[in-house]
Amino acid sequence: MDSTRDKVVPVLTILGGLVIVWYVFAVILNTPFQRDLDRRAGEDPGTIEFIGKTLAQPKPILPAPHQVAINFFQSTFMVKPWSVRSLVYHAWVTLSSTLLGFAFGTALGILIAVGIVHVTTLDRSLMPWIIASQTIPILAIAPMVIVVLAAVGITGLIPKALISTYLSFFPVVVGMVKGLRSPEIINLDLMHTYNASRSQIFWKLRAPAAVPFLFTSMKVAVAASLVGAIVGELPTGAVAGIGAKLLSASYYSATIDIWSALVAGSVVAALLVMIVGIAGRLVDRAMGARPA
Amino acid sequence: MTSDSANVVSAEKLGLTFQTNDGPVQALTDVDLSIRKGEFVSFIGPSGCGKTTFLRVIADLEKPTTGSIYVNGMTPSQARRKRAYGYVFQAPALFPWRTIERNVALPLEIMGISGADQKARIARTLDLVNLAGFEKKYPWQLSGGMQQRASIARALAFDADLLLMDEPFGALDEIVRDHLNKQLLELWARTDKTICFVTHSIPEAVYLSTRIVVMSPRPGRVTDVIESTLPKERPLHIRDTPEFLEIAHRVREGLHAGHSYED
Repeated sequence: MDSTRDKVVPVLTILGGLVIVWYVFAVILNTPFQRDLDRRAGEDPGTIEFIGKTLAQPKPILPAPHQVAINFFQSTFMVKPWSVRSLVYHAWVTLSSTLLGFAFGTALGILIAVGIVHVTTLDRSLMPWIIASQTIPILAIAPMVIVVLAAVGITGLIPKALISTYLSFFPVVVGMVKGLRSPEIINLDLMHTYNASRSQIFWKLRAPAAVPFLFTSMKVAVAASLVGAIVGELPTGAVAGIGAKLLSASYYSATIDIWSALVAGSVVAALLVMIVGIAGRLVDRAMGARPA
Repeated sequence: MTSDSANVVSAEKLGLTFQTNDGPVQALTDVDLSIRKGEFVSFIGPSGCGKTTFLRVIADLEKPTTGSIYVNGMTPSQARRKRAYGYVFQAPALFPWRTIERNVALPLEIMGISGADQKARIARTLDLVNLAGFEKKYPWQLSGGMQQRASIARALAFDADLLLMDEPFGALDEIVRDHLNKQLLELWARTDKTICFVTHSIPEAVYLSTRIVVMSPRPGRVTDVIESTLPKERPLHIRDTPEFLEIAHRVREGLHAGHSYED
């Protein structure tokens, strides 16, 4: 318990600091527009009143934290979750393609890693391409994937999920290659003395040794998956999902909506990373790891 | 092919040269050695003398470059495929995600031994190394000495007649090592196995062995083979008898002789 308190206090301190900085910048950034408004209306408010006004604009340059919080609360809890105005609805749409893409990405990543570890040719030929694949900006690839797949009649969840896959398979490949190669020579020698087959070496030594590496890379992969899903929603014609919400809000300069959609995205990301982390710890414990 | 079948290991003019970046290194040259069934043979010498390499050649973990070697009358590779030996490494090399009993079961699973038989073998071998009651523990819950005993149990589990041990107690403190040496002798007496034991400790070699092979480096070779005159029954205090000290002296002489020309 003490350890959680040791973690919570510093995190909250930083959060408090950030909120203060945020308020300061909200006032500074919204001031020019507020001055303009006041000048046209012929008003001359006092300093306190003026600051209050900069923090209460309907479409501010930088919304104040409480504006975002209220918007987030209202569009999460005060509307029916299946309504288009609900962030829960949009988060769910994004989450479903995130999870599908994450599942694809993890499976693909593991498959490629197994290939790389066992086949020398793949090790030499595949790795440079995999690294190169991640240097291509996802924003450039995403619309093409959506458009090409739409042309062959695949629309909806799958194209978005494929963009998540594209982003999430990479950390899994890197982590799993490292994990599958983590057994020491002495352990491999041991298996050799038993005349163990390649598949026995894989299932009894390499795979279990790679499990901790898998969960570490899955944490990175699930966050990347979410980014992929959001990016995938941008060119889909803005129907539903956090990405769509971001896009439509930006059409109308609804900055508060943008920020609350961002918060929704971060909450989903944090939850996903946490769930993968907890799953990793449970598996670790089940595999007899020394409790930390 | 059929080199003397009474010998568990027979090497003739065995040589192994490693190709390294600094040129070839002669790890073993002209090793002629036969090990009979039931012997306890120690290999002693400074690092680089090829004692571990010789053990690894027997185990088919290294391939010799010249000469011939037969294990149970077969090539090392054939012998390995027939699971002719159990190998105990310098480190326990237990799998951390397996309990002690599952670690001992590892070779049995690989060799396709049935569940009921596995259980019986695990119980018997853990009993043999005095680890009964620790079946469900994970390796990190055991001391270094206990972990090494578990790895010996694992090497014994599939009943190979030959046990190859590469400095198994090298990383342990002397008190634990004495204790394990005594247990190892008892185990050897009870099981009638052939044991090849690599060490760099003179007292350990003399205490354990029926025969001591003294080796020397650059190039790695056998300089002396000493038959022990000690009885098979060896309490720990035998190490203070004149007979013991005489053998230890001869081993030390052999080690010095091997070194003389290079200093």
